[in-house]
Amino acid sequence: MDPILWNDWHVVADATALQCDRPITTRLLGVPLTVSRDAQGAVHVVGTDGSPIVSDVRHGFVWACLGKPARPILSIAELAEPDRCVTTAGSFGVHVSAGRVIENFLDLGHLGHVHAGYLGQEPQTAVEPYEVARLPDGGVHASGCKVFQPVSSPTAQSGFVVEYQYKVERALTASLYKSSFSQPDRFDVIYLFAQPLDEEHAIAHVLEIFIDDGVSPAALRAFQQFIFLQDKPILENQIPKRLPIGQRMEMPVLADKTSVAYRRWLAELGVTYGTVGAHDGGLPA
Amino acid sequence: MILYDYPPLAECYAVRLLAALLDVPLEIRSLDYYPGREHETDEYLDIAPLGSVPALDTGTAVLGDWQAALIHLAAHHDATGQWLPLGDPDRLVAIHEWLAVARALAHSAGVARLHELIGQPAVIERCRTEAHRLLRHLERHLWFGERAGRRWLVEGEQPTIADIAVFVQVILCEEGGVSRLDYPAVRRWIDSVRGIRGFVVTSGVLPLDPTAPVHTLA
Repeated sequence: MDPILWNDWHVVADATALQCDRPITTRLLGVPLTVSRDAQGAVHVVGTDGSPIVSDVRHGFVWACLGKPARPILSIAELAEPDRCVTTAGSFGVHVSAGRVIENFLDLGHLGHVHAGYLGQEPQTAVEPYEVARLPDGGVHASGCKVFQPVSSPTAQSGFVVEYQYKVERALTASLYKSSFSQPDRFDVIYLFAQPLDEEHAIAHVLEIFIDDGVSPAALRAFQQFIFLQDKPILENQIPKRLPIGQRMEMPVLADKTSVAYRRWLAELGVTYGTVGAHDGGLPA
Repeated sequence: MILYDYPPLAECYAVRLLAALLDVPLEIRSLDYYPGREHETDEYLDIAPLGSVPALDTGTAVLGDWQAALIHLAAHHDATGQWLPLGDPDRLVAIHEWLAVARALAHSAGVARLHELIGQPAVIERCRTEAHRLLRHLERHLWFGERAGRRWLVEGEQPTIADIAVFVQVILCEEGGVSRLDYPAVRRWIDSVRGIRGFVVTSGVLPLDPTAPVHTLA
């Protein structure tokens, strides 16, 4: 097992939806787990033999680490801003590797096709040039992406040119920053935590941190679920289900710059779980 | 009419689809079914005592059963009488038989899908086995129908609410790990349904004609 994944924190349940009388059975990196809440409200994560798994509750989610946590659970600066509407948007199973889920989230090219009428529109589907750089602590940062979006969020009253930024701070965590409709100089933030059930199944956990312009958490959830369910059949029809990160595995185009950087970074981290072609040493520089 | 709706549910899609085909406007009230469990709240149970989603408020009654909603729409808003031929008892009986198949699909393929999608508890392999048994039944019926010149589930030139009810279950079944690969007549029938004039998609359903106007959220 890749140490980078084994010793990292992963979301295993939406803590806000975890009820005392309804424990959740799930898997992490192929390991079966039960997540439960006791009568006092404390959350427990155990393996099949009842042995406790290292766990914590943070940002509205239950987190678990199968090995020894190499780093703390990532911190999210925007959660400290008082004028935010924050909600978990549900946890959705997808029959594809966790890496594919993250990559799809980073893909600007699909917005005008898969989410036509909302996050893009035909024929304005070309992806304008944007910047991709490394984050100071490693990871990928894409910025300066601009997309015309007819309906960018549940409270958008008209289409406008939305600025996008993406960050991939951990191997299976990505965040999206997009101009808020009500305050275009600030960003609405969406975090995606991909829980690898096994190498070809994942659960997408979403955290929404929006500028509070009167939007309700239920409306945020409904919009996000509508968008995600448009992605699901596209994702599940990708072949192979594992993320190709080896050389010569797939032919990327310029619009896929973020994806290329993500795959290359995973290869550098030594991620092989849920990928194919990693022995090739990753994409050419 | 008000539709209490959770868009990912196949049964909600059935009501929205038939309403669109009949050009009946619906006022959509979106429920936070998952993860919010809004359908279990006292407020919703006061509106729809079954706690079921969808529920259709017709102005005179709240229909908590999705198939009752289909019957209501067809019986009251279809001047052609094609979707529910009230004057034709043999076809009505056949429609009801297929509505029962749609319900059985909801309890097998539909449950498998919600298990995969939102972790709803299920004995997943049993659900999939049952779904395949029903799909084989559907395949045989449609395959022999093609040879007899019958295009829809029930004898006649036009589709009925039986096609809508079964379609919404079948079109989303692959999300539950139930493949349609072995059912070619089912796949041809799916394309026939998607080709009906005025057909609308939902998240997870692709249009037959990709240049067709896009669907709306509410």
